Amino acid sequence: MPKRTDIKKILLIGSGPIIISQACEFDYSGTQACKALREDGYEIVLINSNPATIMTDPEMAHRTYVEPITPEVVAKIVKRERPDALLPTLGGQTALNVAVKVAEMGVLDKFGVEMIGANASVIKKAEDRQLFRDAMANINLRVPESLVVNNLADAETFAQKMGYPLIVRPSFTLGGTGGGVAYNREELLDQTQRGLDASMIHSVMLEESVLGWKEFELEVMRDLRDNVVIICSIENMDAMGVHTGDSITVAPAQTLTDREYQMMRDASIAILREIGVETGGSNVQFAINPRNGEMVVIEMNPRVSRSSALASKATGFPIAKIAAKLAVGYSLDEIANDITRETKASFEPTIDYCVVKVPRFTFEKFPRTDDILTTSMKSVGETMAIGRTFKEAIHKAIRSLEIGRYGFGDPPAGADFEYIEQLKLSLSRPNSQRLFQIGEALKLGISIEEIYRLTFIDPWFLKHIAEMLEVERAIVQSASTPSFLENAEQLCAAKAWGFSDRRLAQLTGVDEETVRQNRLRHGIRPVYKLVDTCAAEFEAYTPYYYSTYETEDEARPSGRPKVVILGGGPNRIGQGIEFDYCCVHASFSLREEDHESIMVNSNPETVSTDYDTSDKLYFEPLTREDVLHILESEKPRGLIVQFGGQTPLNLSVPLEKAGAHILGTSPDAIDRAEDRKRFQQLLHKLGLKQPKNSTAFTIEEAFQAADEIGFPVVVRPSYVLGGRAMEIVYDRSRLEEFMKTAVHVSPGHPILIDKFLEDAIELDVDAISDGRLTVIGGIMEHIEQAGIHSGDSACVLPPITISNSIQDEIRRQTRLLAEELGVIGLMNIQFAIQDGQVFLLEVNPRASRTVPFVSKAIGRPLAKLATKVMLGKSLEQLGFDKEIEPRHISVKEAVFPFSRFPKVDTLLGPEMKSTGEVMGIGENFGIAFAKAQAAAGYELPKGGTVFISVHDGDKGKALPVAKKFLQLGFKLIATAGTARFLEHNGVRADRVYKLKEGRPHVVDRIKSDEIQLVVNTTLGKKTTSDSYEIRRTTLIYNIPYATTIAGAQAMAEAVSALQKGDWDVKTLQEYHRGILE
Amino acid sequence: MTLPWNRPKAILLLEDGTVFRGYTFCGHGRTLGEVVFNTSMTGYQEVLTDPSYKGQIVAMTYPLTGTYGINPEDMESTAIHVEAFIVKEYQDFASNWRSNRSLADFLMEHGKIGIEGIDTRALTRHLRVRGAMRGIIATDTDNLNLLMDQVQAYPGLNGIDLVQYVTCQKPYRWRDGRKHETDSTDWLPGCGGYRVAALDCGIKYNILRKLERAGCQVLVFPAHTGAAEILACDPDGIFLSNGPGDPAAVHYVIKTVQELFGKKPIFGICLGHQMMGLALGGSTFKLKFGHRGANQPVKDLTTGRIEITAQNHGFCVDPDSLSHLPVRLTHINLNDNTLEGMEHLEIPAFCVQYHPEASPGPHDASYLFNRFIQMMENKTSSCPNAQT
Repeated sequence: MPKRTDIKKILLIGSGPIIISQACEFDYSGTQACKALREDGYEIVLINSNPATIMTDPEMAHRTYVEPITPEVVAKIVKRERPDALLPTLGGQTALNVAVKVAEMGVLDKFGVEMIGANASVIKKAEDRQLFRDAMANINLRVPESLVVNNLADAETFAQKMGYPLIVRPSFTLGGTGGGVAYNREELLDQTQRGLDASMIHSVMLEESVLGWKEFELEVMRDLRDNVVIICSIENMDAMGVHTGDSITVAPAQTLTDREYQMMRDASIAILREIGVETGGSNVQFAINPRNGEMVVIEMNPRVSRSSALASKATGFPIAKIAAKLAVGYSLDEIANDITRETKASFEPTIDYCVVKVPRFTFEKFPRTDDILTTSMKSVGETMAIGRTFKEAIHKAIRSLEIGRYGFGDPPAGADFEYIEQLKLSLSRPNSQRLFQIGEALKLGISIEEIYRLTFIDPWFLKHIAEMLEVERAIVQSASTPSFLENAEQLCAAKAWGFSDRRLAQLTGVDEETVRQNRLRHGIRPVYKLVDTCAAEFEAYTPYYYSTYETEDEARPSGRPKVVILGGGPNRIGQGIEFDYCCVHASFSLREEDHESIMVNSNPETVSTDYDTSDKLYFEPLTREDVLHILESEKPRGLIVQFGGQTPLNLSVPLEKAGAHILGTSPDAIDRAEDRKRFQQLLHKLGLKQPKNSTAFTIEEAFQAADEIGFPVVVRPSYVLGGRAMEIVYDRSRLEEFMKTAVHVSPGHPILIDKFLEDAIELDVDAISDGRLTVIGGIMEHIEQAGIHSGDSACVLPPITISNSIQDEIRRQTRLLAEELGVIGLMNIQFAIQDGQVFLLEVNPRASRTVPFVSKAIGRPLAKLATKVMLGKSLEQLGFDKEIEPRHISVKEAVFPFSRFPKVDTLLGPEMKSTGEVMGIGENFGIAFAKAQAAAGYELPKGGTVFISVHDGDKGKALPVAKKFLQLGFKLIATAGTARFLEHNGVRADRVYKLKEGRPHVVDRIKSDEIQLVVNTTLGKKTTSDSYEIRRTTLIYNIPYATTIAGAQAMAEAVSALQKGDWDVKTLQEYHRGILE
Repeated sequence: MTLPWNRPKAILLLEDGTVFRGYTFCGHGRTLGEVVFNTSMTGYQEVLTDPSYKGQIVAMTYPLTGTYGINPEDMESTAIHVEAFIVKEYQDFASNWRSNRSLADFLMEHGKIGIEGIDTRALTRHLRVRGAMRGIIATDTDNLNLLMDQVQAYPGLNGIDLVQYVTCQKPYRWRDGRKHETDSTDWLPGCGGYRVAALDCGIKYNILRKLERAGCQVLVFPAHTGAAEILACDPDGIFLSNGPGDPAAVHYVIKTVQELFGKKPIFGICLGHQMMGLALGGSTFKLKFGHRGANQPVKDLTTGRIEITAQNHGFCVDPDSLSHLPVRLTHINLNDNTLEGMEHLEIPAFCVQYHPEASPGPHDASYLFNRFIQMMENKTSSCPNAQT
């Protein structure tokens, strides 16, 4: 069947902000879909609120709506655009949920829009547990015993029948939010309640436990002719009970015979047919009882998913692209396999390597949450590694994680009985460190059998780890004599098992460079193999490579001028899609400049690791060793390190020392900005001001420094990333406490102490310089005052409260710094304005998190321009010689993962906690901010009751905000102190009890839907802990809340704008045309 | 555990002089054969016991082999027919609830050499470009001249009848999922079902399992059994099995097939398909490196549907040679457009080049067994003497 000609315009729904369980993989799939459908001549209308996506680049879709992904907005777009079809299967759960709602509203029927890929009934059948259960019964497949409940009593009755443990799964949520494993009645009731709260349809499924069973996934594709192919099988190393997003996974499945694999294949095909997925990709999850092979179906997702992105990267088969083509009517045999060109998409990839994915966690940022993995996903990123063997792949994956590990570690020297018992306990509770705990346990003599009993990790995986550790032991033993490093055969065998030079150096007691030199002397270096979907059966044309230690090298370095781009590695809080966006732009830009672009990255979720993005892709760890090998093989003209975030930046000096040519701003300039001492000298030279600061090693030194600077101060350990453990300290006692713990965070390094600028306004500037001319990309004013991490603060472009003269001063300082540092490319500066004075907080001569946001706001691709500048073009040549001042207002809002982490406080501070961002665009600030809030998941109320509770220092500033809400027709309620203050100043506010003052207290009022908006600021430990429960409750009940007065002010303005009338939707292309006019 | 650098060495020498070095994980000595690769990611036990691999040294493209051990059930015959086994990394630790021994033990029992540490991707690329070729594996010598002499003396597969080595010596009955030796070729009373006489050129057990599960009674005859003898037991249908080597060399079976045409419904698989082609007057040719794997897309030309199929063949029926014959091409391979299936327009006979019994591989094509049943049903219902 050729493509459909009865549809011409297709509405595609993206997945919105990056959150846990929904990350860049949906930008990857959405971008592929846009490209594929455009290629076929369809007109694409896109909605996605996430500006940091490639799919929202104005060239990707014909009409791009950076608007909140809500049913109301989609309805507006449908009304405005009149698309023929809606494709909901490429934007994750968000797109599916919204599509179902829009269908239920009758909008699609009214405007004659057809849902393609999966329709509403298919989505429901797959998503609703009971319907899914019935469907499985129809085809004689077993699902774990279960019951849907919507109250606690029914949950208890089921538990009496089934016993514990039970799995608690809320219906219609993301990544199983609120789900968990209940081992007793108390946990059951607690988790059921949380699940009911998290569920969009207030129901929870309780399920028979299959904990400890082996978990498998199949990626399946089906076309309209009922042709079905399996793209990839995945085996989870972590057994059932750990969310697959949090599991270490391996492709293909390892421990299944063909008979068992084919049973699973048959089952997944039957499931697709029964659920009715007519076209596209689906993911089916199975559990297998390791004792007898009994198989149960866990779930299926009738859409592309995180796993399908992984499967695409693991096999080279572009699932999202093909899914888009199937949705418009093509059959699998009509679509060419890009990689082999000769063969068609109607086949099953076979691979000749082993793929390992390891999730990356961030528990250290949420200290109140236990590091325990459950069926609710918690990881913020992942890395994938390809090797010819499992050993090689997992070793590569470990060093790709960038957590300071270069192999399996060693147990502490004095590990005693107690340590071992503690280790066993940890092993029995899935957690983020378990892979390394297994390594320790094996080294401490705990048997594979016992580790299996504790972890349910298949002994096959454990045996591989044990073998690698045996080789480690042999290396250590032979290291007393230099034999190992001198023995080419042994060295080569160790490299083939994936050992990094760093680890071999640790084991042999030499440094990394010595291992490397020994290796090179013996001619031991990796070769590159192709990912080709077909295990070399056909010739492959797609240059997608991984390294291994074997005989034949398939790398085909061209003689063209080429540039290597280093990507950002696994996503983490502070380094995510924004940097991948920049790397992708660098690649596009290189192609435009007729340079070969070579991407190096290890993150399977990204657009940068799509084999289509660059001329060549090396799916490799971002370490010195691995990157040097690529440079030696490719011999590029230069290396771009300023786009991938901290990861490549950290590599720039070692790579330059090893002879690599870094394009753009020099590593020395980067160092001048990063090194505290050199930075001070720089500012001194330029006559620029920064907040008073000092350093301290001891408590006494800290006291002295704080006295000189004056409280409050911002304190943080040095040599840690992402504002880790950063804090604002108001008094000596807290400073003392901080010093005690901080010394442990980064031992041997000083604590940095800065003056905290109270009530200052923070500004971010992104600029671009070609060495002669510096052009401001955008000045962003933070909504939250200084002290909140810039990644967590909402911001607005252009600034709304900053005078022109101060803005000009900021421009002057920016140009001065760019010139002094010799910036070639991008730079980002953070300023604070206090009492009309400009302070410099930070200078980063690299791409910042806000580059995509600014690019979307001003309609110019900053990262692309910066790349061309690095290649030698001038800004004048590029036509970007003066700052663009758009007429529309753009607001960026951060999105937080608090609901994933039980017990975590939602207060913002100097340590970054957000996972993603959204953009709201409007004619005025109120509308833009309201849109950003809606996009972030907060529906601002147009009326109702505002609860206000602020600390004494904020009371004066709270008054105008309170008045504003009154004017807007809201009722005010407040805690005693705040209420008294307001009354005293002529603002009527009813008093409400604090938690300990009696009932109904404020939390009761929130739960009974009597409060629509919360303003709650705190200072110091006591008020913070008193109000903690309030913030958690607003989070659970999804009530908009402000933890700063500035935030509350912005909300009031937004509410006022919303009250004035319905707002419109407008495409990015229209906004950008407005700039040009 | 033997440290990776302490393993005993092995060498693979190809007839064009290419050398691959690795280690033996099982067995010592030398083995000759035609070197081929298989791209299936699972199913090494079925591959090893598939009689069609007689005469061949098989390299698995999936690097980790041995992971789930060996179990008593997934046997495609009673022995290992592969001459020697090449993998990237042998897994000496098997993890699967059905496994009762390791892959190395299994190879050892059958006196086969297994080698690992070979750059199997380089080997595959080499064979893809140069074609399947003769080779030798040796663990006892590094003397390439000596080994090359041995390779040159080895005749290879072209024109060689390998069926004679893998066919059964006397007829047997397939019942309850296993082989029953029998002296009588009578059908069992009360067993019902269609009576199928299978001509064993190296038949895979899963074909027999599939036929039995489809309700057939099966008698298996040695390849050299003549048409008269087969017809003497009055079967409802005749099955032509898979098997090793060059179909053109198995002229005695081709003759038998010619004599069976039109007498009874016939279904052929793999070598059976090729012999049917030859019996009709067509010709076969050798593919460069063959189709061996579990992911080959085949299009059913009658329905337009695509099946993902298991395949294992080095020879192929030339569709041009059939153009003047009363034959309809029913299936083609979507990768290289080679012929995958055909049916006779005048008499009840059809065949496929691939393996609907899978094992290892996808089950997409198992409908063909029902098609065979259907054919027997049509035939018998129109025949007054038919048993029902």
